Amino acid sequence: MNEEFTYEIENISKTYAGNTVLEVEHLSINRGEIFCLVGPSGAGKSTLLRLMNFIETSDTGKIRFLGNTYEAGSVPPLKVTREVTTVFQRSALMTTSVWNNVIYPLKIRGKNITDSEVKRIENILDDLGLLKLRDQRADKLSGGEAQRVALARAIVFKPTVLLLDEPTANLDPANIDIIETIISKYIEQVNSSIVMITHNIFQARRLADRIALLHKGRIIEVNSKNDFFENPHEDTTKDFLSGRMIF
Amino acid sequence: MSSNVLAEGFLEALNLLMSMDPYVMDIIAVSLKVSGTALILAALIGIPLGAFLGLTNFPGKALITALLYTGMGFPPVVIGLFVFILLSSSGSLGSFGWLFTPYGMIMAQSIISFPLVAGFTMTAVMGVDRNLIRQLKSLGATKTQATIATLREARLGVLVSIIAGFGAIISEVGAVMLVGGNIEGATRVLTTAIVLETRKGNFGIAIAFGIILLTIAFIINFTMLRLQNKELSGNE
Repeated sequence: MNEEFTYEIENISKTYAGNTVLEVEHLSINRGEIFCLVGPSGAGKSTLLRLMNFIETSDTGKIRFLGNTYEAGSVPPLKVTREVTTVFQRSALMTTSVWNNVIYPLKIRGKNITDSEVKRIENILDDLGLLKLRDQRADKLSGGEAQRVALARAIVFKPTVLLLDEPTANLDPANIDIIETIISKYIEQVNSSIVMITHNIFQARRLADRIALLHKGRIIEVNSKNDFFENPHEDTTKDFLSGRMIF
Repeated sequence: MSSNVLAEGFLEALNLLMSMDPYVMDIIAVSLKVSGTALILAALIGIPLGAFLGLTNFPGKALITALLYTGMGFPPVVIGLFVFILLSSSGSLGSFGWLFTPYGMIMAQSIISFPLVAGFTMTAVMGVDRNLIRQLKSLGATKTQATIATLREARLGVLVSIIAGFGAIISEVGAVMLVGGNIEGATRVLTTAIVLETRKGNFGIAIAFGIILLTIAFIINFTMLRLQNKELSGNE
């Protein structure tokens, strides 16, 4: 067991209706890093994230997560799956108040919302510019506000792994800035890992410690941020960065 | 002539209600007891069934859904006939002795109501954003927790299902007439009382019962909708 990794993925694949959309030979995610997944649409990035969140299971291979190995088709116990969550591109909020949305993960874990917890949650909302909206209905929020609520709801229970599936797609620069700031702050405060899909290579450059390029379901290159941009090993990566990649 | 009868009926209704006429109060009590209990039973079966059908896929689901939709439009009097046969002394449930009792009426009305509750609940649950269900699971919700949250999201539709289920049975006459027998003080409800009083030529009392029936239905529906008042705001 290597505690410095949150994930060690070996030979996983996923096939839908005879079409293999993902084949990853090896991928490890370090504890405390922001790992960005980039690649064209249909590359298998979201599929990989769903497997990492155990929403779906792989057809082959195994995923070692937090020191335990899970073979293809097997799902970790609830206690383990509750260590990871995803913020999706479309914030799916419940039609109740912002506050009720944000405390939902704590409630389903049977946590008491003590005074100190209220204070802590209010601090998260404040950081995300949501404190004054805490009693507002979530379905009345703007897209940017809703996505910030989705992020607050994800980090409120301090997951060991935070998966982000294009969380800032279609958001304005001000909202992107708030979300990126919180992501950076979260990784500093909690010894977790963040795996983030982004189509914005500038965002990857701003946030990532390491970056992987996925293309046609395969990992083309995994590299440190600097080397990924300054000294990519693969021609496909060079093509991707220069916008020449053929889909 | 007809306006006179209507006005007479309205005054009669007021008079009967204001004087708390024991005969009328008894009929109202039996109506509410029978239809209320039947609705609770229908909701206890229909809401979980509707949620299950709305959230899962399995072989044969299309058949069950088709049967459910058929049940939603099934003539109550036919259900009353089936229940009558089941509860009659030669029927398979005859030993219960429920024929011409409120129990038999509750059974018939539950059967009438539950497909409506289940069908509308299923539609409401299917209307909940799939992304939300996926998101709740991703946040660590168990299947039960995700189902409860989904039902909460579909609450307006679930409420409509209960209202539809209630409307179908409080205003139903054929099944309760067959199974209950319209026995005064035991199985006489508002609808069967209307039929009886009309046959006797007591149009005023019949209209009074009709107005009471409409008022009860309105009060119950209005109260339930008030409980969900915020949900009724439009999408302006």
